[in-house]
This record gives sequence, C-alpha cells and structure tokens, in this order.
Amino acid sequence: MNTSTSSHAPGVSDPGDDVSGTRPFYWSVRRELWENRSIYMAPLAAAGVVLFGFGLTSLKLPRLRMNALALESTRQRAAIEMPYDMAAVIIMFTIFIVGIFYCLDALHGERRDRSVLFWKSLPVSDRTTVLSKVFVPLVILPALTFVITIVTQFIMLLMSTVALLPSGLAGTTWHLLPWPRLSMILLYGLVTSALWEAPLYGWLLLVSSWAKRATFLWAVLPWLAISAIEKLAFDTGYFAQMLVRRLTGGFDVGFVVASHPKGAHVPVVERLAQFDPLKFLLSPGLWIGLIIAAAFLIGAIRLRRSRGPL
Amino acid sequence: MACIEARGLRKTFDNTLALDGIDLRVEEGRILGIVGPNGAGKTTALNAILGLTSYEGELKVLGREPWSAREELMRDVCFIADIAVLPRWIPVTHLLDYVAGVHPRFDRAKAERFLDRTTIKRTSKVRHLSKGMVAQLHLALIMAIDARLLVLDEPTLGLDILYRKQFYDSLLNDYFDGTRTIVITTHQVDEIQDVLTDLMFIDRGRIALECSMEEFDARYLEVMVNPGQLEAARALKPMHERTVFGRSVLLFDNVDRELLGPLGDLRRPSIADLFVVVLGKEGVK
Repeated sequence: MNTSTSSHAPGVSDPGDDVSGTRPFYWSVRRELWENRSIYMAPLAAAGVVLFGFGLTSLKLPRLRMNALALESTRQRAAIEMPYDMAAVIIMFTIFIVGIFYCLDALHGERRDRSVLFWKSLPVSDRTTVLSKVFVPLVILPALTFVITIVTQFIMLLMSTVALLPSGLAGTTWHLLPWPRLSMILLYGLVTSALWEAPLYGWLLLVSSWAKRATFLWAVLPWLAISAIEKLAFDTGYFAQMLVRRLTGGFDVGFVVASHPKGAHVPVVERLAQFDPLKFLLSPGLWIGLIIAAAFLIGAIRLRRSRGPL
Repeated sequence: MACIEARGLRKTFDNTLALDGIDLRVEEGRILGIVGPNGAGKTTALNAILGLTSYEGELKVLGREPWSAREELMRDVCFIADIAVLPRWIPVTHLLDYVAGVHPRFDRAKAERFLDRTTIKRTSKVRHLSKGMVAQLHLALIMAIDARLLVLDEPTLGLDILYRKQFYDSLLNDYFDGTRTIVITTHQVDEIQDVLTDLMFIDRGRIALECSMEEFDARYLEVMVNPGQLEAARALKPMHERTVFGRSVLLFDNVDRELLGPLGDLRRPSIADLFVVVLGKEGVK
C-alpha cells in the first residue's frame, strides 16, 4: 500500500479538486498509517507468533484431537475451538497495546519533533487532524484486528487439516469448528468494545496534546491517584472498579454472558443468541462514555490549536 | 488591498509582553524583512499572522482573522517556520502525495520540476537528507503552491552560504512575481538587503523602525570621512560614529548627499549597520 507514487493512481477514491470535505481527512488517515507502521506490523508479528506456535503443536494434533473427540459435545467443541480463540485474543491484545501507544504519541510526537509547524502550514484543520487520529483506534485497528484474525484462523484451519490428514481426522475440524459464528462474534465484539473504549482513546489523545513529556505517566497516574485517595479516605474501590469495567467491560455489556459453573475451557460467548445489541445500545454506560470521549476530543482539538512545538 | 493589517496587536506570555501594541500594514506585492534581536517578538508576530497563536487587538491577513480561520487562510498562505520542521520519517514521495492530497493550490508537476534540479531522491526519507537538501525540498513544496502570502521565519538558519544564496535566488527568480507578498525574518540581514522592498525593525515587542527600501536608500548614508574633515562631518550631526582601520565612518540620517560628498567616500549603509545603531540607542535609553 505504501509504495511510492502509485497512491496517485486513479483507483484511489479521490473526489477531484474538492476543497471542503473528505480529501484532507482521507490523506490524514493515510499519513497516520505511513508514519505508524506498527499499526499493522505489530499484529502481523503477533499473527506470525501464533502460527509458529500452532505449527509446533501440529505434531501432537492427531493425539489431542483423539482426546477431544472422546469428550462430551460442549467440551469437545470447546477444546477444538481453544487455539482459535487464543489466536484472536493474542492479536486483539497486541492491537490494544498498539492503540494505546499510538494515541499517546499521536499529538505529542509532532510537537516534539516540531513537524507540527509543517502540518499546520497546510490547509488541514485541527479538527480534521484530531479526528483522523482517533479514527485509527476506533475504526482502522478493529478492522485490522478482524481481517488479520480471520486470515490467521483460516491459515490455522488449513494447517490443522494438513496435520490431521494422515490420521483421517481432517474433517472433524471443519465439522466441529463453528467458523462463521466465531467470525460474527469477533466482529460484533470488536465494534462494541471500540465504542465502549472510546473514552480511553479520547483521554489518551487529550494527554498527548497537552503533556510536555512523560505522556504515559500523565495518562495513568491521575486515575491511580484518584483510586488511591478513594481507597484511603473511604476504604471503597468504586472508582477503580469503574476504570476496570471501562477497560474490559465492553464484552459484558455487548453480550449476554452465561456464567459457566464447570467451565475451564468453555468460551464465554457461545451462541449467536448471546449477542445483545439492544442491551448494549440502551446501556447508559455506553452513552456516558461516548459523551466523555467527545469532551476529551474537543479538548484535544482546542489544545492542538493553541499548543506549539515543545 | 492590504495583505496584512494589524492594529494594536498585543500578546503576553505569562508575565512577559511579547507584542506591545503593533500597528502594521503590508500591501500586496511587497517583500518585507523583519529584523530584531532574539526575543524581540518577531516569531510571535509571525505566529499571530499565521494563526498559530492567539492575540489581542485587530489582525486581518488577506481579509481573514488568522486565529479563527487558519485552515482557510492556509489555502492562500505558505510558511517555512525553520528548516527543521519537515517530518523526519516521511519519504519524499509521500510528502508530495500528502501535500497534493490536501492542498487545492499545489502543483505537483511543478514541485517535481524543482526537485529534478536537485540531487534529492524521491525514495529518500527526510531524515536521510542533508540540512541543505531539506531546505531545498521544503522550498520546492512551497514554490509549487500558488499562494498569495509566503512567510519565512529564519528559513536559512544553519545552512551554508551556497544554499542560502541559492535559496534566495530561487525565491526571487522562480517564485516572486510582483503580486505575491513575502515576509521574511532572518539574522543574516545583509544577505537579503537587495531582496527586500520594505524593512522593519522590532525590539521588545514594538516597531523600532519601518521604511521602504527606497526610503532607506534616500535617508541613510555612510561616509568614510577624510582624515582632516572629521570635525566638519561631525557638525552635520551623524547618528553614529565608528572606526574602521583607523578611519572614522559616520552614519547620517536625512543629510543632503551634496553636503556629505566632499567630506569623504560615500556608501550605502548595510541594514546590519543601521540595526546596530537604531537598537543600540534604544538599549541606552
């Protein structure tokens, strides 16, 4: 995608000489991808690690599959599904980390290297710039997670097929792995958690536009301080619980989560029926979060406008 | 029409006054040099003009208020803040792609033609270019933008003399067309003396001197006085006197050329000479 002048080719959606609207935004997002190659390199590396690890287990796979097939049906499917879920979790976690560090640097790096003076010499508004930066964790990263995970899982599926062919068990994966369902769960989970975590990215961009140095500390310490004060003053942990819920809770809100008494290896989300978009859209937490995210972003836009190079 | 018009332009940082009520009017088609010591308020004034900083007072650039309309303004205004601001990670070709993508007045073919005259490779990243090449690259971008106002804040800082000369030559020969306006600040004042049409000295947030270069040439004269005529020359009230190789050099403001001619060798003072005198006096006050 980023090989030289071909980006000017007619295939690129390029609404002519349109002064207002999409072109600055489109190019600003591309600019982000040019600058931050870790956005796609890190998850690709994670996928590579997953495939390598899975490749190592493929020798044992026929034996593992025999064991799995001896289980009762729920556990059987869970056992087969486990490595595929693991792959998704590893890639998602990698991209989550990438998103955090991307946001912390997004408005700080350009001030640190003074290039903000160049970017501001072009007719691109601060709003367009900040929105193109928050577009990355809210849209680009989830989309990348989805594509990379699906492709990785598909390669795993092929690898397992090859590994199981001699033992005649190849068909069992295709038969028992709920592939389309897993993809749907992933897609829905990614959309809901991106929306749920929006205030996190808004906050990180705000810190990035404001802090002179040590963006990570400024992003984290205030929240720890408030939690600590609450704990010391009232011996309660509501604030910390709220933070944890915000970081990890998208799943609880978006799905009906069945608590599984027996369930070591049973995946939390099992059936499409567990999707609960209505519950998600009606949860006040979502909307409060989005309002807070918008406030953080407005703050970041204002700071982008007034703050010069460091 | 005035390209830049300011009335009572003020700016304070914490407790320091960076701009102390500046009135300014720059007509279109002029090349204005702003000269001042470090911390005089030059960059603050330019930042206000470019919409990079807020200010008090009235300011219109090409009819717009810079602080509230930076995005629109930047379609008609270009600036080089200093040579080190191009993002270091970007390859030249992406830089061209990006500017072409966001700037309605950017002529990519023109920029490519300028770059063809240099040794800059399209695949190089900015970090791998020399300082001089970065300046050439930035200039190529700027010159390919059909802007009405170009602002240069120390555009040649840290460049060697060859690049500096080349920079101003390109600017005059390939860019300036008599309708565009250029505002330059630099410490290498004498190099731009022949480039400017107007001159302004800024000191401690105020305008210390403002004149066109025609006025400059008509008003100021330097005389290297013949040994016996020093007293006669001093009687004409020079602004300043200094000694060069044992001979006195006197600077005069608004004294008739006819009167000074017989007293010694006449010459045009440099901007730097006048700067030292004007700001030196202010300093004593």
